[in-house]
Amino acid sequence: MVRKIEGGPDVLFIDRHLIHEVTSPVAFLGLKSRGIKVLYPNRTFATADHNTPTINQHLPVADPLSANQLKALESNSNEYGISYWGLGHQKNGIVHVVGPEYGITQPGATIVCGDSHTSTHGAFGAIAFGIGTSEVEMVLATQCIMQPKPKKMRININGKLGMGVTPKDVALFIISQLTTSGATGYFVEYAGDVFENMSMEGRMTVCNLSIEMGARGGMIAPDETTINYVKGREFTPKGEAWDKALAYYKTLKTDADAVFDKELTFDGAAIEPMITYGTNPGMGMGISHDIPDAAHVEGGAATYAKSLGYMGFHEGETMVGKPVDFVFVGSCTNGRIEDFRAFTSLVKGKHKADNVTAWLVPGSHIVEAQIKEEGLLDILTEAGFELRQPGCSACLAMNDDKVPAGKYAVSTSNRNFEGRQGPGSRTMLASPLVAAAAAVTGKVTDPRTLIEELV
Amino acid sequence: MNHKQQIMAYDKFNILRSTAVPLPIENIDTDQIIPARFLKATERVGFGDNLFRDWRYNPDNTPKKDFVLNNPVFSGKILVGGKNFGSGSSREHAAWAIYDYGFRCVVSSFFADIFRGNCLNIGVLPVQVSPEFAEKIFAAIFADPKTEIEVNLSAQTITLLATGEKETFDINSYKKNNMLNGFDDIDYLQSIKPEIEEFAANLPL
Repeated sequence: MVRKIEGGPDVLFIDRHLIHEVTSPVAFLGLKSRGIKVLYPNRTFATADHNTPTINQHLPVADPLSANQLKALESNSNEYGISYWGLGHQKNGIVHVVGPEYGITQPGATIVCGDSHTSTHGAFGAIAFGIGTSEVEMVLATQCIMQPKPKKMRININGKLGMGVTPKDVALFIISQLTTSGATGYFVEYAGDVFENMSMEGRMTVCNLSIEMGARGGMIAPDETTINYVKGREFTPKGEAWDKALAYYKTLKTDADAVFDKELTFDGAAIEPMITYGTNPGMGMGISHDIPDAAHVEGGAATYAKSLGYMGFHEGETMVGKPVDFVFVGSCTNGRIEDFRAFTSLVKGKHKADNVTAWLVPGSHIVEAQIKEEGLLDILTEAGFELRQPGCSACLAMNDDKVPAGKYAVSTSNRNFEGRQGPGSRTMLASPLVAAAAAVTGKVTDPRTLIEELV
Repeated sequence: MNHKQQIMAYDKFNILRSTAVPLPIENIDTDQIIPARFLKATERVGFGDNLFRDWRYNPDNTPKKDFVLNNPVFSGKILVGGKNFGSGSSREHAAWAIYDYGFRCVVSSFFADIFRGNCLNIGVLPVQVSPEFAEKIFAAIFADPKTEIEVNLSAQTITLLATGEKETFDINSYKKNNMLNGFDDIDYLQSIKPEIEEFAANLPL
């Protein structure tokens, strides 16, 4: 913190700033109109992801508006001396996937990006959160933003996760308990052996979804798992600097006597594979449950009815057996190699259902290469699936990957808002395993029934 | 605040007296306020045309008659939304669209964090009221769409002028000063640049 303003926000110094094509152009315009430079260009990294096609990336981008926005990011990055990883660049990919992959994400760092899923980086014990374009301009100009201090919440989950229960299910479970606004105003720490035993990728999935319950950020204390992940990556400190960094990382623990404004505890063993039935991520439930009655849901009955009406669902129905038209695996939530391993493990030896269009979109070129090297692509191809090229894709459907109006998608992404995956699209959020079960059966299916078949 | 401000970034805000547009739906996310496919501009122009695009227009671009922005009975510079307004994506375009359409104030019983901050940064005043007062406001507008609401930033009050019922609202003194004067944060941060550079030079890592 650079300065505390009496009766106002704190001035917070930003160690790492990630930018993409959608939320940065107006910030650069602001710099130009004020005639100011980027203060520390080596602290900002640019990648194109939101608006990029996921096929034929070697060809010019067909949509002129998208092409223009991508060009703006490239020319702004070049003009101000910012590292730019555009389409075709080996390091191009989803901002919250490539940041950690290249070691830009480090424990204890302050990290911001004009994207609400910047909370992802909290998995490393970083203070990471999404900002608006005015703030992007502030960071470019002064490497600082002005933020009020958030309240602190700790969510403890202990116990052994059941078969077929993934980090995505843990996150969707938490959000279903807190609602889509239950953590607004808070930074959340996730604690307990469920998170301690999670891989870095799983932790990223959990922290990524913090914003879906309103929390600006979520974090997990760095441990050996974190350090093993960070060590030796391109932008990770080396040599003596690494020793110094390591000593610092080891201090990043919550004090034993720390007091939180709110503390919640859940039993990990009670969590099921989850699925959403409504139009915000808080409207989720265990896949074996029935859609709740309005009387049992927080909030107004009219809003609830509007939501179920949009989805074409009714109170008291089971989700299992509902038809599925599209399956999307990818995004900053579930576009990493472990997600594709999970998906592949379940579709192996089966075949994609004829009624399903499946979009498998890796989060980066590293993930894409791993899918090929590990032989997953062969299994997927055998099962009737194709792999696309990295990008945000159908998570927000800014490119051509749009789910048509009225169609149902089981999606590993992060938002089931009305029209999120295309105007009129209907999204059910779930894990890569639930997505796989839907992809091979053509309907909402409890993945545990298929795992049992395999066993 | 004693720093020198260079730029008046947006209109000054002091007292706003206006009719209001009611949108009593909870959890209105920024994807509804401005869908992602309309985020492709590289300049901050024209976003108001696509405010609530998919609630406001049919797929063939004809207006949806039952949506409040298409109902000539309701108008004004104040938008009154349901609880948890502005959740989801950090897109500042949502606040731009609200401003560009002509709103200068959004009232709700609860705001999402990033959206609230974005509004404050561009000159739209987010006014958080109690759930009870939000209900009173909705009832007053539906009973008489011509009813006027006064938002007084200096006094931090929101008043239903017909009955005089009022509530106070919170805003930190720094942001209040910015809104009253049309200032933004960049000039402030620029003014403390030596302090920032010294901080950067002494970072532990």
